Amino acid sequence: MTVRSRWLRWMVASLVGAIGLMSTAAYAGPTLDRIKSRGLIRAGVGTTPGFFEPDNNGRWRGFFIDYGRALAIAVFGDAEKIEFTSSSPQQRLPALQSGEFDVLLSGVTITITRAFKLGFHFGPTIFYDGQGLLVRKDIGVTSASQLDGATIGIQSGTTGELNIADFFRKSRHQFTPVTIEDTSEFVAALQSGRVDAITQDSSDLVGKLAQLKNPNDYVLLPERLSKEPLAPAVAGGDDRSLEIVNWTVNATLQAEEWGITSENIDGFLKSDDPAIKRFLGVDPSLAEAIGLDPKWAYNIIKTIGNHGEIFDRHLKPLGWERGYNRLWTSGGLLYSPPFR
Amino acid sequence: MTAIEAARMPSRRLGRLWTRWRTGLFGTWLNSAITIIIGLLVLWLLPPLLRWLVLDATWQGTSADCLAQDGACWAFVAAKLRFIVLALYPIQLQWRPELVCLLLAILLAVAAMPRFWRRELIVGGPVVIFLCCLLMAGYPGPSRVSPNQWGGLPVTLLVWAVCFAVSVPLAILLSLARRSRMQALRLLAIGYIEFMRAIPMVAILYFATLMLPMALPAGLSTDKMPRAMIMISLFWTAYIAEIMRGGLQAVPIGQEEAAASLGLGYWRSMRLIILPQALRMVIPGLVNQAIGFLLATSLLAVIGIVDILNAAKAAATDPNWLGFYKEAFLVVAAIYFAIGYGGSRYSLWLERRLGRCGPH
Repeated sequence: MTVRSRWLRWMVASLVGAIGLMSTAAYAGPTLDRIKSRGLIRAGVGTTPGFFEPDNNGRWRGFFIDYGRALAIAVFGDAEKIEFTSSSPQQRLPALQSGEFDVLLSGVTITITRAFKLGFHFGPTIFYDGQGLLVRKDIGVTSASQLDGATIGIQSGTTGELNIADFFRKSRHQFTPVTIEDTSEFVAALQSGRVDAITQDSSDLVGKLAQLKNPNDYVLLPERLSKEPLAPAVAGGDDRSLEIVNWTVNATLQAEEWGITSENIDGFLKSDDPAIKRFLGVDPSLAEAIGLDPKWAYNIIKTIGNHGEIFDRHLKPLGWERGYNRLWTSGGLLYSPPFR
Repeated sequence: MTAIEAARMPSRRLGRLWTRWRTGLFGTWLNSAITIIIGLLVLWLLPPLLRWLVLDATWQGTSADCLAQDGACWAFVAAKLRFIVLALYPIQLQWRPELVCLLLAILLAVAAMPRFWRRELIVGGPVVIFLCCLLMAGYPGPSRVSPNQWGGLPVTLLVWAVCFAVSVPLAILLSLARRSRMQALRLLAIGYIEFMRAIPMVAILYFATLMLPMALPAGLSTDKMPRAMIMISLFWTAYIAEIMRGGLQAVPIGQEEAAASLGLGYWRSMRLIILPQALRMVIPGLVNQAIGFLLATSLLAVIGIVDILNAAKAAATDPNWLGFYKEAFLVVAAIYFAIGYGGSRYSLWLERRLGRCGPH
């Protein structure tokens, strides 16, 4: 009896020890090697209409999805070599840290704590989001500063609750908050007139707008109460994969700046501009220097399109205005460093 | 029996039925009051429900047609049914999940009939389930389908079948361990069972997605689905083990003593004498638990596995069909109800049947 139980005790102890050892050996190797050996990029996404949604046949489409496919073109020259997995907000970041995803395309807001503490890197902002206000037109308001005394629906437990209180405190106006738990109830409250306005990230509000019975009776006010720059994120410890993400995004911005679209790109192959020649790989010197396929940018624009095309394809049908998400040349915030 | 009596038979039966209903519904003042209140409630709820479900519903067209009407949008369900049932699975390989659903349904039907409770089923069941996993993964065939792309009803059924098939043998061992005379083994088994039963399944699922990958060494599969399956199996094992223990306790002690006096060792007496009797007795309880487990697989949605519930939710994020959550959830509820109700009727029938034949 004692022999047996001693043996068992030893076994349990070694098992506990082994689990402890394994947990310190979490994977931290270069992301790009892992992607290349697998032949596939793994991307984590969310589910917000316009940004990522599966179509009737189960194929992913959306604004962020197109950026994922562009990334697959930059790495493999093939837009299909990426696998999207939807994951909930709580598990996205740990899944990136543990190496389950190579890149997170779920619209993560860049914040300083995330940048310093979570051990991964953000690419460039591809979408400037922010908390907005969706208002009934019949209350006659065109700007958030006129909302004195309004009843405003807020989704409970979000940062939006704090932002709206701060906003009204700053402008010394009164408002009545109505906290609403359920997403579908949110729309119903606005429709039935229980609240004058609802507030949420504008990316969500645009989706709500499309669910309303008479969308023309409502307006999304131009103000943004918070800054939500959404960017792709890659696991830490691999500079090259981060640069590929950076320059994939930059390529779509630069192409738009030059007016290169998926339709007219072949015309630009005959361009005399040396910068465009380098960009499209007609002059392969740039691509050789950075070690990518000379046609990588050409392929991205040809198959996916430039930033404006991606925006128009997925977000314009939902009623999005480009706003901040225009190029710097037309008064927006999007800016690509030079391709040199 | 005279002709008159024979002619009066049906009316007498009707009369009996009427009496039973009348005494049941209006027998006392309290019963009458409750009947009237419930009747009014139904009258109050039914017309708007019918109007929403049928009269004002949109049967075909687009999202705009649906928004113009007040009723349910069945056009959405028609357009999205494929997605709700099969979710993200590549459409050109769609026959695979369809075949898997069919195979699992056949397996379930066969396993449900007592006449097939033979040794072949114990071997054949896991083989079929394993085959289903291979089919889903794209074998045999040129293209692999990673578990991240599995979705919908096949995932719900497969997770359930795999985890149940893994749990039952583990649970038998665990319940034997709990009744073992080896003190250490018994304490371990008790500790494991009580620990697992003290934590909710959602915590187990979060552990599978968030902590397990950190604990696993590099290079090991990091797919969410197998991880979730492993943890769910371990979790269910504890519950099934407790059911098994009930069965083991119900076998009279004399059986074990008789086996021992015949010179049978521990394992042989368990395999030949004790377990067959114990398993017979726990089957109704096991069926009930299995139905509960099937409904519990909907918790997979919280870790982002696209089971049938999550697929329904995702279907309503399509920009062409935004926000038809009610319809999507109704469809899923109907599917769960069909399976759950069927299962509970089956377990009633089984209990009656086993009760009639006696447990041995």
